[in-house]
Amino acid sequence: MGNKDDDLADQQRKARLSSLEQRLAKSRAEDAKQAAPSTGKPGYGNALKMSSEFISAILVGALIGYLIDTFAGTTPWAMIIMLLLGFVAGVLNVLRSTGSVADPYQAGWVSKPDRAKDQKGSKKAPDDLYDDDD
Amino acid sequence: MSNDPIHQFHLNKLIPLDIGGMDISFTNSSLFMVVTVAATSAFLIWATSGRGLIPTRGQSLAEMSYEFVASMLRDGAGSEGMKFFPLVFSLFMFVLVANLFGMFPYFFTITSHIIVTFALAMLVIGTVVFYGFYKNGLSFLKLFVPSGIPAILMPLVIMIEVISFISRPISLSVRLFANMLAGHITLKVFAGFVASLGAMGALGIGGAILPLAMTVALTGLEFLVAFLQAYVFAVLTCMYLNDALHPSH
Repeated sequence: MGNKDDDLADQQRKARLSSLEQRLAKSRAEDAKQAAPSTGKPGYGNALKMSSEFISAILVGALIGYLIDTFAGTTPWAMIIMLLLGFVAGVLNVLRSTGSVADPYQAGWVSKPDRAKDQKGSKKAPDDLYDDDD
Repeated sequence: MSNDPIHQFHLNKLIPLDIGGMDISFTNSSLFMVVTVAATSAFLIWATSGRGLIPTRGQSLAEMSYEFVASMLRDGAGSEGMKFFPLVFSLFMFVLVANLFGMFPYFFTITSHIIVTFALAMLVIGTVVFYGFYKNGLSFLKLFVPSGIPAILMPLVIMIEVISFISRPISLSVRLFANMLAGHITLKVFAGFVASLGAMGALGIGGAILPLAMTVALTGLEFLVAFLQAYVFAVLTCMYLNDALHPSH
């Protein structure tokens, strides 16, 4: 008798637990959907982000060129070339952060199938976050 | 002096120290770093000391911040990235609390100095580079080699990718620094307008309403920026750590 009651209660508990899990998963999914767009970004924050990415790449390019020139004595050629490359890298940075160019961290350049597999689940969210972070 | 928007960023030596010709004085910046760390630690220790099954307000705030950073890190770098949780959580809380402390009148904003944000960014990139080489060996360098590029373009593309990689700590630090600096200067300038217009008689007081409204609005915006910049810093940290964990692309 008592055993049967226990079984029944156990089953009910399990059913309630699984329905709770379902509801939780559903609400978590909804939360995740809402979380990304809710970060209201001020436009100038976005502008600062883009410009900092653009300018920093140019500065780094110029600095590398200057260092090469200083050590190799090729003034001013390395600096000219690296400044231009820095400009390219800056444009690439900006295009990546606006999402106009395939980000290497997105699926676009992923070559290895194992990586695509293990990253599939966790890959979607960070890119969402990255896109509207500022 | 009261109207000088830059004055708030001056460093003052509180305890002058000099070791071997190196000036390592304890400045107001150092003081606020200590205060930031102490306040964060004290709050988290106090909030989690109850360990209630039903959290109090403080405990639930501490749990929220934990969950927030943990889910950010899991999304950004996968569950392997959780070994970096202490780093990311400390960075996030430090930047967030430092930014919010900067919103108090007469407080010093440590994140408005580029050397501070640059040191934080270098900590992140240093971790990424060290851990990337430690875990992947030389295949970490695949980070700079996109697949499916013709061999003739390789040197050019690799050079561009390297510059793009090196520019990360700089853009990471400049972004946080510039946001805080620009915000605080704007706030100070608009607040200065209120005082100088108000000194010009009845008409001036009427005119001072506009900058006053602007100052109130900007204060709200600054709180948003303070949080958002800490968030962005932490999210980008997660993304860079992801590169160290999975460099092949």
